[in-house]
Amino acid sequence: MSAPTGITRVTLLKDLRLEWRSKDAINSMLFFSLLVVVVFSFSFDPSAEESRQIAGGLIWVAFLFAAVVALNQTWAREIRNQVLDAYRVSPAPANSLFAAKVLGNFIFVTVLEALMTPLFIVFYRLRALGPAWQLLLVAVLGTWALVVNGTFFAAMSLRTRSREIMLPLLLFPISIPAILAMVQSTTAILNGEGARFWIVLLVTYDLVFTTVCLLLFETVLNAE
Amino acid sequence: MTETAPVPVITVSNLIKQFGRFAALRGVTAEFSGGKLYAILGDNGAGKTTLLRTLAGLNQPSSGEVTILGASKFHDICQQVGYMAHPSLLYDEMSGMENLEYFARLYGITSGTRCAEVIRAVGLDPELVRPVGQYSQGMRQRMSLARALLNDPKILLLDEPFSNVDLHSATEMVRLLAGTRDQGKTIFIVTHQAALLEGAADEFVWMEYGKIVARTRELKRPASSGERSGESTK
Repeated sequence: MSAPTGITRVTLLKDLRLEWRSKDAINSMLFFSLLVVVVFSFSFDPSAEESRQIAGGLIWVAFLFAAVVALNQTWAREIRNQVLDAYRVSPAPANSLFAAKVLGNFIFVTVLEALMTPLFIVFYRLRALGPAWQLLLVAVLGTWALVVNGTFFAAMSLRTRSREIMLPLLLFPISIPAILAMVQSTTAILNGEGARFWIVLLVTYDLVFTTVCLLLFETVLNAE
Repeated sequence: MTETAPVPVITVSNLIKQFGRFAALRGVTAEFSGGKLYAILGDNGAGKTTLLRTLAGLNQPSSGEVTILGASKFHDICQQVGYMAHPSLLYDEMSGMENLEYFARLYGITSGTRCAEVIRAVGLDPELVRPVGQYSQGMRQRMSLARALLNDPKILLLDEPFSNVDLHSATEMVRLLAGTRDQGKTIFIVTHQAALLEGAADEFVWMEYGKIVARTRELKRPASSGERSGESTK
């Protein structure tokens, strides 16, 4: 049998290939985020100072909702033709599949963030008063928090009839500490205040939930 | 000299599978020897697919026991089992070869020649670049069989492999499966097209209401079964 990391790699490459061909997730995510940026900028027309106050919340809420689209897609293609069963009967470890899905979603959401952040900066005339490099750290930690939980709960809601609704219902409440940390740290950095506490909270959140998800994923995968 | 009984490769003991209040399997007990081709027959809802999925480790028994190749945990012997379901278990957006290369890696098979070999064995072209989503249903079924054969399993579990396959291709598939059986593999085929397996199957296993009601050498429905619908299998 291939090493778990090898299986993670081939599964990730397979997912990237499928997304490249179908563009199901990335198109929907981009379209949704673009709508949020444009609609909110025309609705509020905030000053630079106001923008710094609201941008953290706005950006992360947009990314959170857009990420849900990708998270639903990630398992949808596995239940089409019941392909997931082919994985389940194979000797490949469940966690290799989970890791590949998380990494895939992380890449999709990161691409979205990379494309949308310049638009946010332009539309909201954003300029960080604090160390801007910390925003990168918050983006990485925050995105990981979203996708690790999101991938896990998307797998949990896989066999439910209304999984598109189930995912946000399960994901949003449990993501509140992470969302709070993401929004507060972004706002603090934009306003030149310290964000250390929120970043530590995000790191802790990521560690705890990554571990719990890895421990429980096999049970979720084989649930009937 | 006394003939020794063949060692069973699969033992099912008082197997019950419930979905909520509905019992799909109601105490199935059976032993299946190695190197044989079994056709599992019965009306819709008889429990054939549930039995196959339980053997494949995809359904957990509500009670009872399944032992495959001496192991009670499917994961211990999954390398030795090939499973083909009614849906294709293939990604529509990828070609047959790309699909098989991916699944081969899950079994630790890194050589592309094995993938090409099984694709040719089922009568398809490994060079075909068309995505599986654009295959005809028959081609998809054959590619699905190729996926099940990929890891050269000792036990093959096939659910409706001939559905939507033209007669010529189905006959070819039966010939391939009979040849695989002759190599010592054990094959279970759930089908509604039992006539295709006449002459190839070693045993016909008849199911009704979640139970095995008869096992026959000939394709002849036992008198006690089939009364419910009056249907004939042949």
